[in-house]
Amino acid sequence: MSMKLSTRQVDGVTIVDCSGRITLGEGSVTLRDTVRDLLSKGNKKIILNLGEVNYIDSSGIGELVSAFTTTKNQGGELKLLNLTKKVHDLLQITKLYTVFDVKDDEAAAVKGFK
Amino acid sequence: MEQTVSYTLDSTLETVDHAEEKATRIATELGFGEDEVLQISMAVREGAVNAVLHGNQYAPDKKVILAFERTPEDDLVITIRDQGKGIDLSGIPNPLAPENLLKTSGRGIFLMRSFMDVVEIRPSQTGTEVKLIKHVHGPSVGNKEGSQ
Repeated sequence: MSMKLSTRQVDGVTIVDCSGRITLGEGSVTLRDTVRDLLSKGNKKIILNLGEVNYIDSSGIGELVSAFTTTKNQGGELKLLNLTKKVHDLLQITKLYTVFDVKDDEAAAVKGFK
Repeated sequence: MEQTVSYTLDSTLETVDHAEEKATRIATELGFGEDEVLQISMAVREGAVNAVLHGNQYAPDKKVILAFERTPEDDLVITIRDQGKGIDLSGIPNPLAPENLLKTSGRGIFLMRSFMDVVEIRPSQTGTEVKLIKHVHGPSVGNKEGSQ
């Protein structure tokens, strides 16, 4: 299953609902383009909802890091929401879990933006 | 599966997906548990990515050779060979070092080492060979994060 993304606005925050696989190729490019498009339009409060992401490889991890740093460098903030166990475990072993702002409650994540 | 199966694959992104699918199928057939099947398939995917991108650099005249061997001890030995110039192992930084945490690449070999019991990487001028071994009744891999 390839990756699918859809975006919605909640109280000034853009939530990107992701599903499928974030892997080298189409999945990574789709995520990169979406985040860059949001930032270029001034949407700098971003939540990546990964609740339906069932697979991620090292390229996908790299895309998450890229999305995080690109957003931060442009004065924005990016949070991760609803990690599946597979993605959670991967972020743990790569020591990225504490780098990202990870949430499991959407309303709290939205309220948590500065 | 038979004792050994081998595939010669093009240097394309499709090869990466095919390698992952074959690993999933074979590991499942050999009776590995769900978590181990995922670990094996992810390790093979990372190995295939390295072979296609960094080894063969998508060259249409270069192939990736992927082999699965079931040893008499029922271990699974997977070999991924490319036809590139040979990877420079000294140039691979530790992705867990604080200064590297926010790098967008460089985690493939680390993940392979995290997920498999043995990872051997043999670069040469005619390509790189990666051997991945998973013991059938191997130890838990949950605490191997410092194994790079």
